Amino acid sequence: MDPARQAAYWRSTLRTVALVLAAWLAVSCGAAILLADALDHAHLGGFPLGFWFGQQGAELVFVLLVAAYVAVTNARDRRHGVYED
Amino acid sequence: MDARAWTWTFIALSLALYAAVGLWARARSVSAFYVAERRVSPVLSGMATAADWISAASFISMAGLIASSGRDGSVYLIGWTGGYVLLAVLVAPYLRKYGKYTVPQFVGERYYSKGARAVAVGCAVFVSFTYVAGQLRGVGIVLSRFLGLPVERAILLGVAVVLLQAVLGGMKGATHTQVARYVVLVTAYLVPAIFLSFLLTGDPVPQLGFGGRVSDGGAALLGAEPGRPFLEVLDGIGRELGFGRYTGGTRSQVDLLASTLALMVGTVGLPHIIIRFFTVPKIRDARASAAWALLFIAVLYTTAPALAAFARATYLHAVDGRPYASAPGWFTGWERTGLARFTDRNGDGIMSVSADPARNEVVVDPDILVLAAPEIARLPPWVTGLVAAGALAAALSTATGLLLVIAASISRDLVKGLWIPRLSERAEVAWARGAAAVSVAVAGWLAVHPPGHVAEVVALAFGLAASSFFPVIVAGIFWRRATKEGAIWGMIAGTAFTTLYVHWFKFARPDLDGPAHWLLGISPQGIGTVGMLVNFAVLVTVSLRTPAPPQAVQDLVASLRYPREADRGPARAPPPGVRARW
Repeated sequence: MDPARQAAYWRSTLRTVALVLAAWLAVSCGAAILLADALDHAHLGGFPLGFWFGQQGAELVFVLLVAAYVAVTNARDRRHGVYED
Repeated sequence: MDARAWTWTFIALSLALYAAVGLWARARSVSAFYVAERRVSPVLSGMATAADWISAASFISMAGLIASSGRDGSVYLIGWTGGYVLLAVLVAPYLRKYGKYTVPQFVGERYYSKGARAVAVGCAVFVSFTYVAGQLRGVGIVLSRFLGLPVERAILLGVAVVLLQAVLGGMKGATHTQVARYVVLVTAYLVPAIFLSFLLTGDPVPQLGFGGRVSDGGAALLGAEPGRPFLEVLDGIGRELGFGRYTGGTRSQVDLLASTLALMVGTVGLPHIIIRFFTVPKIRDARASAAWALLFIAVLYTTAPALAAFARATYLHAVDGRPYASAPGWFTGWERTGLARFTDRNGDGIMSVSADPARNEVVVDPDILVLAAPEIARLPPWVTGLVAAGALAAALSTATGLLLVIAASISRDLVKGLWIPRLSERAEVAWARGAAAVSVAVAGWLAVHPPGHVAEVVALAFGLAASSFFPVIVAGIFWRRATKEGAIWGMIAGTAFTTLYVHWFKFARPDLDGPAHWLLGISPQGIGTVGMLVNFAVLVTVSLRTPAPPQAVQDLVASLRYPREADRGPARAPPPGVRARW
């Protein structure tokens, strides 16, 4: 891989990492802790929403987030022609 | 058959199963001893990682802690799942590309220093045996209850079982044995949760029943009207006894943030988890493995809060106001272990539960809630036996992984890497077993004198991992300029800071252990986050003041960032004159 492509590849990696970390922070520290009291005013079924995020919602988001990350990085590898067979 | 007979049956059956699987997948070489010859599929590797992950803390202790903390219990739920996002994104694929056997080895090579490797060994061993202590306490609790022994003697028995399983067997077939353990423990956890959810809300899916409405059967078990939302009923039961809303929290936001972050970040610094990612065939499999691991972990972690809430509601209703003479059978059983106590403060012979410690007469150690839940809900005795076997599976699976790290760190990194380079394979394995045995003994002592509940002890191990390894590994991958002096001093500073803080409040002056005396209001549980920041600060400052790493090391760091396919073709490193920014 020539240096220019390397640089582009790494930049795209860093972008993805930043996005995933932002979502991760938003859900773990944001919704479940900092905003929990405010969100509790709303309800999701029988759950106060802030409570739900802390006990179930955040965990579900993490699972989806990692799955999405795997898909995105595999697609990126294919785009750059370096997908491992 | 009664619960004790069922417990023996299921424990014996499960141990036989693990031995059988272990024999079937016997290892033949050093490579297989440590990394299962890199042939494990991401799904199986993920399941084995999940088994490594779901320890006695998650299985036994966590639901109990959630039950007594309510909304604040999310610290553990988020703390012990969120780290996987970080693992997948910041570490797994890069260390897999690096591909050698242990984390201290990576640290030693990346930071071109035997000193760094030695410090890393120290941190790995320290973190791992704190963690093992938590597991042994969990094993002690299970065995004490179901064999009728006092906790201390049960821990001794637990030490023996763990030694037999882990030290004699080694890592031979460990991946497949872990898969078997995962199946046992997840089944054991789901069964009571499904039963309880169905009994109380009519919905067999615990995650949904948790937010559902009380059914007619549930109304009888909880002394409430049918049709009301379950969480509301729980809030109400608690309020009558003086507790705050179950769905509300009490800890300060700063402490919650610090504690949750310490757990998530600590995840990434756990050698026994990282080592799992060395076993998959391809680098992209390392990412996939992290995704699968998280999915399998989430199955239990989304069930836990439901189980906690159901168990708490049933427990409170079953115990409060009951005459002691007709105390439920499970209560008397646990009383014999000293983990459930009744003190008749007002002499009326009736068990009253109160949020006010001065008036509260019933104390039940949160660590026993999951184990007692089947009996509290009057489920058939085989469920109790199954849960006991599941708890044991959880403790064994994690203890095995941890002991392997300790063994490998000492035999491979310390003895062979730094002292006797020409150590024979047989001698290496002998050192490994000796090291594991000594660690189990020391951890056993810690288990008999724990600084807190099982989950709390484990949380301390995370704080240590967060302050020692996390910064050094992440900087090692993402920042070429990180130098060996920065890494060594960073690890020392972070570990020392966290250890001293925890030691001060948990051992030296426990009387001062409260928000009034904590730094910024952060508990010992959360101080690992600050320790991590200390480590980063030292690592960055010292790195910038010391010579940059040799070009070979910088090339190593660069090469970690691209898949193997990218290594074919023209020049890998940027030509001279093109200075890398990271």
